[in-house]
Amino acid sequence: MKIVLSVVFMLISLIGFSQEIEMADQMRAEGKIYIVVAILCVILIGLFAYLISIDKKVSKLEKEIKE
Amino acid sequence: MINWWKALAIILLLYTVIAGFLIGVPRLAILNETIRNLYFHVPMWFTMILLFLLSTIQSIKNLGNGSMEADRKAIEYVNTGIIFGVLGTITGSIWAQYTWGAWWTNDVKLNGSAITMLIYLAYIILRNSMEDEQKRARISAVYNIFAFVMLIVFIGILPRMTDSLHPGNGGNPGFDTYALDNNMKLVFYPAVIGWILLGLWIASIRLRISKIKENIES
Repeated sequence: MKIVLSVVFMLISLIGFSQEIEMADQMRAEGKIYIVVAILCVILIGLFAYLISIDKKVSKLEKEIKE
Repeated sequence: MINWWKALAIILLLYTVIAGFLIGVPRLAILNETIRNLYFHVPMWFTMILLFLLSTIQSIKNLGNGSMEADRKAIEYVNTGIIFGVLGTITGSIWAQYTWGAWWTNDVKLNGSAITMLIYLAYIILRNSMEDEQKRARISAVYNIFAFVMLIVFIGILPRMTDSLHPGNGGNPGFDTYALDNNMKLVFYPAVIGWILLGLWIASIRLRISKIKENIES
């Protein structure tokens, strides 16, 4: 009886584990397209930041020439 | 100086990447997901053509009043436009390999755009080959106007008169008649505006640098 009960409990706990467990599945869904979007956003933001810094450097030069 | 339109360029392009990949597109044979290239490949050409048009306007201005600033603007718009043309060619080549089956085909639009790029490269070489500033401005302005006329012929007219693999040319229907559904328009138009604004931004920086150079030299 004890053995039977323990096996039953083990099975229940196993089933419990194998049931829906919250994971960040959304990020891996649809062929991981979200990862591509994230990487492209990083590249774009990086390039924009660089462009803004170049823009500001040119502004600084313009100011220096005016003075 | 960060203007509102530069911020708009950033927002529109981030939107293009996010919505461009996540919003649904029509399921078409052969094209499959590559239809999303429409948001990236086509705006390259639109941006190039607009920059070349702005350059032509500056060249006409230079011929009208001999403005040296117009001459400097003309060359910087072309310099920036060439970058977008090169990107358009490379992206188009990759897209062609996986949908038409070849890196380069004898499609009229492909050869036409290649010839156009060569014409504009010749403009840069021609302009750099002259010492006298007034003469350089005048001759390159005349050539630049001629170059834009050739662009209209090679990219705008000839591909529509013969068969072309490009949609909207020859016997092929345009994207908007069957493929560019409302979802795609939602991304495509903002994408075009965003890429054009980015092109104008880069051109404006080049212009300001050339102005600073001019100031230092004089």
